[in-house]
Amino acid sequence: MKALIRASFLALSTLFAGAVVAQHEGHAAADTAHATADTAHAAAAHTEVGHEAHGTAKFNPGEMIMGHVTDEHGWHLWGHTSLPLPIIAHTSGRGLSVFSSAHFDHGHKTYGGYMLLEGKLVATDAPDGTDAHHATVNEALTKATFDLSITKNVLALLVSVALMLILFLSAAKSYQRGMGAPTGIARFVEPIVLFVRDDVAKANIGAHYARFMPFLLTVFFFILINNLMGLIPIFPFGANVSGSISVTFTLAAITFILTLIHGNRHYWGHILAMPGVPKPVLLILTPVEILGVFLRPAILMIRLFANITAGHIIVLSFFALIFIFGEINAGLGWGVSIFSLLFTVFMSMLELLVAFIQAFVFTFLSAMYLGAATEEPHHH
Amino acid sequence: MLIEFSYGLIFWMTVSFLTVLFILGKFAWKPILGALSERERTIEDALSEAKKARAEIASMKASNEELMRAAREERETLLKEARDVRDREIADAKNKAKAEADALLARARADIQNEKKAAMAEIKILVGDLSVQIAEQVLREKLGNDAAQRALVDRLLKDAEARMQ
Repeated sequence: MKALIRASFLALSTLFAGAVVAQHEGHAAADTAHATADTAHAAAAHTEVGHEAHGTAKFNPGEMIMGHVTDEHGWHLWGHTSLPLPIIAHTSGRGLSVFSSAHFDHGHKTYGGYMLLEGKLVATDAPDGTDAHHATVNEALTKATFDLSITKNVLALLVSVALMLILFLSAAKSYQRGMGAPTGIARFVEPIVLFVRDDVAKANIGAHYARFMPFLLTVFFFILINNLMGLIPIFPFGANVSGSISVTFTLAAITFILTLIHGNRHYWGHILAMPGVPKPVLLILTPVEILGVFLRPAILMIRLFANITAGHIIVLSFFALIFIFGEINAGLGWGVSIFSLLFTVFMSMLELLVAFIQAFVFTFLSAMYLGAATEEPHHH
Repeated sequence: MLIEFSYGLIFWMTVSFLTVLFILGKFAWKPILGALSERERTIEDALSEAKKARAEIASMKASNEELMRAAREERETLLKEARDVRDREIADAKNKAKAEADALLARARADIQNEKKAAMAEIKILVGDLSVQIAEQVLREKLGNDAAQRALVDRLLKDAEARMQ
């Protein structure tokens, strides 16, 4: 088992390192190609290369990193190849539009009354096929637009959901064959399930832990699987789902709503008027406690988002170093790449650990908040 | 933008998370947790049963020992009784045999006495007869000479002696 874990660590990190190099060599190639093309005829090059490089041939590490950790209407695969994703947008007055993001031509063209402005879907009045850089944004319509597109993160999210269903339904199947030792995936799942049950749910919630078990298990594995998927840089993995604030917001919101629903008289009593505290002190304490109710899920949201995004940014920064030095001198770039690779392998190991820790921390704190909300009054 | 709430993503996240929660809750977590607690209960039951069995065995052992001890005691008493009976019987038999032997001896002694008396009586008669015969012959020979007389008496006495033996 130990050897297996070690092997998967290695496999993951080499996979990670190798694929990222490949990706960025593609970028670099594109950039140099762009540079030569720019001197020849700038206008042609403009439509040929990605928007992230337009105007300048210089490698922009910030743009590269942000492009990888934020959401996109299309999944960049390699070089100039992107997987177009469906645009689903509803604008009051216009109704629902569904079309492929390929129509935007990497954000260079307008289509169906929409275009991409810095990766964001905005409404425009320009006819289809207009150069997006010359089209004007219809602010009023943009405000009324509800963008339900299957973006990179949504697709990765759906992949993770499918993966979860496959993994855990098949794990559950191994328990139908009666008692006995777990087999297959269940062998991996069971210790974690037991850990979440005994050390997270039972430890924090107490006697009534059972009703929160499905939520805690789902949250734990959702975060874990998305964290791990984010570490694998090849399609359909590598999106920054658990490092997306919208995703962590939703998870934290569900914890928050559960504490609101299940919070008992004892819990609210302690928040609104802490027993045994003098009235004047309550004037300060009660607002703080009420603030705490909202701060707790907010911290859950920010912690997960920040940890995972930071990990991605650090790894990507090491790779950006290669190209920053490579622009100065090709040999220097190669030299730096050795150190960057070593650091990336190290960071990937760390991120693997972080993937588990953050899944655990989120689940543990959720259980703690739920435990506090459902705690029965002590009789002193 | 890095920190940007995307309504679309929140929407899809909510829908997919709740779907996963529902499906896994119903078809994965419930059977898995059920099987786990079932297994734990079985193990616990088996353990407590084993404990009970062990206690039972211990109590059985104790009762066995008690039984053994009682049996041993009983055997001892039985043996003792048997020994007593045997001793008593042997003593009885000895006494009886002794009494019988004594009776036999007494009877034999009485018989001997009787025989002796009869023999004495017979001897008395015989001695009387002989005395008469001797006297008769002595008288019949007439006493010619003293020597002949003395020889006769010796011979007769020798005869009587021989007959007596």
